Amino acid sequence: MAVEMPFEQPLAELKSKIVELRKFSAEKHIDFSDEIRRLEERYAELEEELYANMSSAEKMQLARHPQRPTTLNYIQSIFTDFIEFHGDRLYGDDLAIVGGIAKLNGVPVTVVGHQKGKDTKDNIARNFGCPHPEGFRKALRLMRQADKFRRPIVTFIDTKGAFPGNAAEERGQGEAIARNLLEMASFRVPIICVVIGEGGSGGALALGVGNKVLMLENAIYSVISPEGAASILYKDASKALHAAEAMKITANHIMELGVIDGIVPEPKGGAHRDPLMQADFIKEAVWGQLQPLLSMSEEELLEDRYRRFRDIGRFTFIQEGNHA
Amino acid sequence: MLKDLFQKRKYATIPSERTKREIPEGLMNKCPKCGTIQTSKELEKNLKVCTACGYHYRLNAMERIQMTLDEGRIFEYDTDMISEDPLQFPDYIEKLEKAKSSTSLRDAIVTGEGTIGGYPVVVAAMSFDFMGGSLGSVVGERITRAVETAVQKKYPIIIYSTSGGARMQESILSLMQMAKTSAALSKLSDAGGLFISVITDPTFGGVSASFAMLGDIIIAEPAAPFGFTGRRVIEQTIKQKLPDNFQTSEFNLEHGQLDKVVSRKDMRPTLIKLLDMHGVKGDATYGG
Repeated sequence: MAVEMPFEQPLAELKSKIVELRKFSAEKHIDFSDEIRRLEERYAELEEELYANMSSAEKMQLARHPQRPTTLNYIQSIFTDFIEFHGDRLYGDDLAIVGGIAKLNGVPVTVVGHQKGKDTKDNIARNFGCPHPEGFRKALRLMRQADKFRRPIVTFIDTKGAFPGNAAEERGQGEAIARNLLEMASFRVPIICVVIGEGGSGGALALGVGNKVLMLENAIYSVISPEGAASILYKDASKALHAAEAMKITANHIMELGVIDGIVPEPKGGAHRDPLMQADFIKEAVWGQLQPLLSMSEEELLEDRYRRFRDIGRFTFIQEGNHA
Repeated sequence: MLKDLFQKRKYATIPSERTKREIPEGLMNKCPKCGTIQTSKELEKNLKVCTACGYHYRLNAMERIQMTLDEGRIFEYDTDMISEDPLQFPDYIEKLEKAKSSTSLRDAIVTGEGTIGGYPVVVAAMSFDFMGGSLGSVVGERITRAVETAVQKKYPIIIYSTSGGARMQESILSLMQMAKTSAALSKLSDAGGLFISVITDPTFGGVSASFAMLGDIIIAEPAAPFGFTGRRVIEQTIKQKLPDNFQTSEFNLEHGQLDKVVSRKDMRPTLIKLLDMHGVKGDATYGG
């Protein structure tokens, strides 16, 4: 049974009423089939309405849903022959990032992603999917390997952000992210990035410099966590939902701003309602984006990726004569 | 090449009201670190470094240019570029207007070219007084264009960073400026170009996780706070008090994040030495 989000309460209440009525009808041998049918119709309508008109804040709840499938779930369902690799060869093995090689429809690829935990114990081991510098450097090592062996790279993005700790600072959190941005821009293989849950800030972007960047329908992508923005802008972290709306962090908004190349649909109610169906949707989208890239030359791939990011930004020019 | 000879270079000397607005003549300054009181004149003569304790006052972009380039002369690029409000973010336009009128800048950066000790360079200087030096579309675009110009002209580039991080009001577009500037620097690096990054008080967030940390040589001014996440957020996360020197230049030097800490009075001589050693001697008539 899926955990209900607060905004799904009306649905949950209606559903429990239907169940109760059915039980009552069965126990007392009274025919309530008309009433039950009406309630079920109402349920379907409500469901349609609720999921079609989700606010940014509601999508944020789905993107962070405790049962939302993670990178390893998708790796298992989308690829075959996955072999996980470990470590950055410099400091350690950050479990907030997973990666290795696998086959996508028979094509060897390197796959890397943020990994959130499935329960409290797993989350502690994986630091809730918030990498330290060694995590970004592990990702970089695997991507360099892909570049050397001319394997396409697929990344899955799902993190609140780079871990805000003193040890992370001492080992160069900023440098680690920056280095990934620079080197990802220089790899001569196709890179496809998919934001599967939370795309939080620099820690997300460190796996996000691709030829194509996709987002799941209910995923979010933002420059700072809505909580962080609220505490800076409104001096009140509890206004996160308000900040989430203002920052335009949903897939639809990000698409309108020209930052992503496509939106991967989710099963009704979110990816966690049907992880296998979700994996199929992702596989189809990634394969669709990858095929044209496979026939491009190295130079074309580089230029394609450069232009993709070069053109992002909104500015204008002041209309006037001379000025100092 | 020949065309260049006939091309008239438009240089602007920074007018005094653009640099001196912050501290009008005769005003007294109290050092935020040791409390010593000095006149503005005294302070400016000492490159805005406290004569008693060596505290480096924050500089705005124009002051930085004036202290760095020969005769304070810059040929500015893209001066007419201004921010839009692509997200219709609450109060953004008002904040921009306020920053523009209080700083006489159009955004949190000045880019252009000039010479340092006769060596031609592309230079970018960020300004913390303009919305906390935040990185938005204009800052990202101007830096990217400056880097592309450096590639094209085969000039070294020097970027003075100071920033609170990415500009929230442009949300995802700000985040993407980190990728854009880094991609441009990747091209510069492939072309064999020299990039000297100078980190100043303070440099955090998106800027520290992109161009500021990608210099071939990374220098910082003394005691400049610099890191990815701010101290307050880290203290809240780890529930511990951090040492006073945490995230200072000296702390970062000790942890291998910097090449050198250089005081303001030594900055120009150091840059000249570095430019000299990279064989980027410009033609002698340049800028004359």
